[in-house]
Amino acid sequence: MLWLDCPRCGRRPIDEFTFGGERRAVPDSISDPDERDFDEVWIFDNPDGITTERWFHAFGCRRWLTVRRDTSTDTVVEVA
Amino acid sequence: MSSYTDTLSTIEWPDAQPRSSYDVVIIGGGGHGLSTAYYLATRHGITNVAVLEADYIASGNTGRNTTIIRANYGIPEAIRFYQHSLELYQGLEAETGAEILHQTKGIFWVAHTEMAMRTERARAQMNTACGAQTVMVTPAELKELVPQVDLTGGGRYPVLGASHHLQGATARHDRVAWAFASGAARRGVEIHEHTPVTGLVRSADGGRVTGVQTANGPIAAGVVLSAVGGRVTAMAAHAEVRLPVRTHPLHAFVTNDYAQGFGPILASTELSCYVSQTERGQMLIGAEFDSQPSYSRQSSFAALRSYSYKITRLLPFLRELRILRTWAGICDISADYSPIMGETGVDGFLVTTGWGTWGFKAIPAGGEGMAELIATGRPPALIAPFGLERFRRDHVLADQGSAGTR
Repeated sequence: MLWLDCPRCGRRPIDEFTFGGERRAVPDSISDPDERDFDEVWIFDNPDGITTERWFHAFGCRRWLTVRRDTSTDTVVEVA
Repeated sequence: MSSYTDTLSTIEWPDAQPRSSYDVVIIGGGGHGLSTAYYLATRHGITNVAVLEADYIASGNTGRNTTIIRANYGIPEAIRFYQHSLELYQGLEAETGAEILHQTKGIFWVAHTEMAMRTERARAQMNTACGAQTVMVTPAELKELVPQVDLTGGGRYPVLGASHHLQGATARHDRVAWAFASGAARRGVEIHEHTPVTGLVRSADGGRVTGVQTANGPIAAGVVLSAVGGRVTAMAAHAEVRLPVRTHPLHAFVTNDYAQGFGPILASTELSCYVSQTERGQMLIGAEFDSQPSYSRQSSFAALRSYSYKITRLLPFLRELRILRTWAGICDISADYSPIMGETGVDGFLVTTGWGTWGFKAIPAGGEGMAELIATGRPPALIAPFGLERFRRDHVLADQGSAGTR
């Protein structure tokens, strides 16, 4: 993964971006708030496959992007 | 034959497929899995043990790391644990009878800013107080001990001083794995290569792990230990255990032979890279792991370019060398940058994971601790702080700064 297609700046080298962590789906209802908080703070889905995550264009437009990436090959699937 | 090949260990491989039941099944034939099996057999007389390795032994991170053994961590729990491991390494050739090419070299941890100097001074004090001998050296002393170093750091990273961890060492990684495998197999432990574990067998209510699934059917076990590197999240998920672990690639490379010789190990937190010379004369360079998690073991040009740039600021002579080989491993980085050893909350299922970029140096102590936990049911004091439940109790062991990474 050498490049990211920033919707504002175009195709830019990966060094310009900082990784912002995986983005988890927000559940419709939370049955156990403490467990949910613990999970949110400490636990990672860490999937071997498609994951949704946030990237910050630190040396560019300084906006956050949502990126879908395949972790088994480290290739970008989609940038939003 | 040479003296190098004369001293290789041999392993008594089992001549049949795995049996249908063992007292202990260890998933993963890397350093930690094999050393746990070795100490179960030697210290506790438990030999009805199978180590199941998906590929060949030490094919994962045990055979991909930069073989540095050190104990200069940032928190007392970690220093004591790694210092014990360092001492076990010093006696490993005598204990196992295997030649692991252990060499005490000393590590210089270079600082380029006042902030980093403060950190290194504090760390040297803490290390010495906890038993890992570390002293501060001035730039002039560093230059005398490591004449190749450029004290201006290429004009950009001036060297203000360094901490010197005197007992820092290296050992040949695959020989360490083979030493433990050989010792364990001689006492009756079965090591099955090319035997991937595809799932865990659980009791009807799901509260207990009773064995593992393989392509040739289930294998029952009193205790299942996951010593998996890289794919531990998926393995733990079979028992519905969720882990505070992310999997990041880490790259490394070796250059061609540097005939003049380079004695010590040199590291820098700000440049986040480290270098030593292998017993074959190659310069071995590693650095921080990729910021984004990935399971890809593809070497990247970006990593090579960044490592080469950084390390040649400190050691300009490396510019004259050529990159000979490059590879990557996938590291389990825990949320607090310390390993996770112990119970999972599911009976019969233990983990040793989160070995990130600091697993090799911990192979003897990690295995010894896990073996005692399996044999007695209680974790020994050295590994007790590293249990998974520390995250629930908010007793995390934050130690990112000493990992040699950022």
